[in-house]
Amino acid sequence: MLTVQDLMVHFPLGGGRVVRAVDGVSFTIERGETLGLVGESGCGKSTTGRALLRLLPTTGGSVLFHQTDVLAVRAQSPEMKALRRKLQMVFQDPFASLSPRLTIGKIIAEPLEIHQVGTAKERTDTVLELLEAVGLPENAFHRYPHEFSGGQRQRIGIARALALQPEFIVLDEPVSALDISVQAQVVNLLMDLQEARGISYLFIGHDLSLIRHIAHRVAVMYLGRIVEIATAEELYTNPRHPYTRSLFASAPVPDPKRRRERAPLEGDPPSPINLPSGCRFSTRCPYAQALCTEKDPLLEPIGTSRHLSACHFATTLPLYESHRAGDRHAEVR
Amino acid sequence: MSEPNKPLLQIEDLAVVFPKGRTESAVVDGISLTLYRGETVGVVGESGSGKSMTALSVLRLVPEPGRISRGRILLEGNDLLSLPEKAMREMRGGKVAMIFQDPMTSLNPVFTVGDQIAEAVQLHRGKRGKDVWNEAVDALRRVHIPDPERRAKQFPHELSGGMRQRVMIAMALACRPDVLLADEPTTALDVTVQAQILSLLAELRRDEGMGVLFITHDLSVVAETCDRVVVMYAGQVMESATTTALFANPLHPYTQGLLASLPDSISEGERRLNFIPGQPPQNPGAVVGCPFRARCPKALPGICEKPLPTLLMADPTTKDHIVRCHLYTDEGRAALC
Repeated sequence: MLTVQDLMVHFPLGGGRVVRAVDGVSFTIERGETLGLVGESGCGKSTTGRALLRLLPTTGGSVLFHQTDVLAVRAQSPEMKALRRKLQMVFQDPFASLSPRLTIGKIIAEPLEIHQVGTAKERTDTVLELLEAVGLPENAFHRYPHEFSGGQRQRIGIARALALQPEFIVLDEPVSALDISVQAQVVNLLMDLQEARGISYLFIGHDLSLIRHIAHRVAVMYLGRIVEIATAEELYTNPRHPYTRSLFASAPVPDPKRRRERAPLEGDPPSPINLPSGCRFSTRCPYAQALCTEKDPLLEPIGTSRHLSACHFATTLPLYESHRAGDRHAEVR
Repeated sequence: MSEPNKPLLQIEDLAVVFPKGRTESAVVDGISLTLYRGETVGVVGESGSGKSMTALSVLRLVPEPGRISRGRILLEGNDLLSLPEKAMREMRGGKVAMIFQDPMTSLNPVFTVGDQIAEAVQLHRGKRGKDVWNEAVDALRRVHIPDPERRAKQFPHELSGGMRQRVMIAMALACRPDVLLADEPTTALDVTVQAQILSLLAELRRDEGMGVLFITHDLSVVAETCDRVVVMYAGQVMESATTTALFANPLHPYTQGLLASLPDSISEGERRLNFIPGQPPQNPGAVVGCPFRARCPKALPGICEKPLPTLLMADPTTKDHIVRCHLYTDEGRAALC
């Protein structure tokens, strides 16, 4: 349904210097599927999400939604407006993304008004249906954002994104600002809505346990590139990129019995202005060899599977041992 | 150095109130906890549970118009709440230091990080000139900042987020405090950087024998770093235990609910995450009875409306697992039968 090919977002800094925020990202998302996107801050995951929806100027690549290249459609054209109905976004901060001066009814009806959907009466009915769908009371209609908690505001943001019956939603850290007991409610809601409406999600986040739960497939980004992508189950039990393994090893586990001596990933990611030669992860990689600083690895399938890794040694990495409860150890291939 | 088995920091029946209309509303209501030297005690709870306010109370930095209305805070037996302001000022950043969630807003953008650490050293240790600078560089070295001589001359904006949090920790530790109050020190950081900072804190605690009060909402971080945990809800302690006991055998329905809402705790193939319905009371001070009862799946009608029991010892042999819930009173047990 959505095919991203070689997406690039470069920001010029002047003096010929360029930030390569997103530097050749490709993936597909099927109807009703959730692709999780993880990585450290600054790796380009939010930029990728925004670029797909043309909320940022792109430098290259294509984003095919059904048969239309979203990046090639003229801005402000009726065609673009039609596309925007199908592609929506939910933002991280439920406090900053809702206008404090509009009632909830107005906020959710706004996309319907902009796209001139139905009569005023029909729009009101739609808003009431949406409130019900996201589990908010009908009387929310005339109230203002400040009257709601963080979790409820995120529901309002979701209702707004659903108003135009989109086929695809970018969820940019939608629950990161919420308390865990509330996070779970919003995640359940997102999964229910997906099941009922067949929506596809790009779920950007940093909570690895949560991503594993909600995503069908997961892509790991490092310095503007996807370094590994696989089904959630495969990625978490058999990661085939050293960076993915470092991420998993860094994540704390809610079980004091599994507390362990950690060997944290040293240092910070290099600057996306001065990229290291060869593999971008080679400067921090515990397995790096001479080849890694010379040749940039391609994101390639491991065997014939849909599991892709951008590591010269993807197939020869040592056996992975998960420290999480319940993970079966990957079988040796 | 004090004797090993004497408490380093004791908070007893602390209450913090803020004016609400014509009355006052308690955001912290009767918190008690004890911290020993070389130990990390986690304080967990959702936003608004009063955990940060508890830490700020130790420094007597509760923001106006709030005030500490009751209780004692003893540092090695001396009540901080009755100290004159001048002595308290020496205590802050001296014997008791604090690190915050956001290093960018806690560092001054117009001074180099070395100067900012040096300021603390000068204030508390009475050193002068070159010694102060060397001490600052040394503080950066202790938090494993590479090339500390050069980094000390840089400004906060020149450093990454993880590096800035290290600077905050260096500054807090420069005066070798006995107590470190860490308020969500890794919440704004990536997991990789979080892992670095957590292992750094563990190392420093071990080497310098500090007591750390670790405030967080992240149960996984608690599981990895804390010796004991205090669970707060609506300004009160609901449960307190060793980390192992709390995770293995949570007693309070709120603790049980928190642990159950973690994505890791559902069984394989299960699609829906568990959650705690409803939300915390807006004005916890006005709630009579258990503040959690409206959300509690085990609430007992007619019993949970009564004032909360004092802290009940769940394990009389070790005295280290304490819960505050009507289910564990004689009356509650009788009602369950």
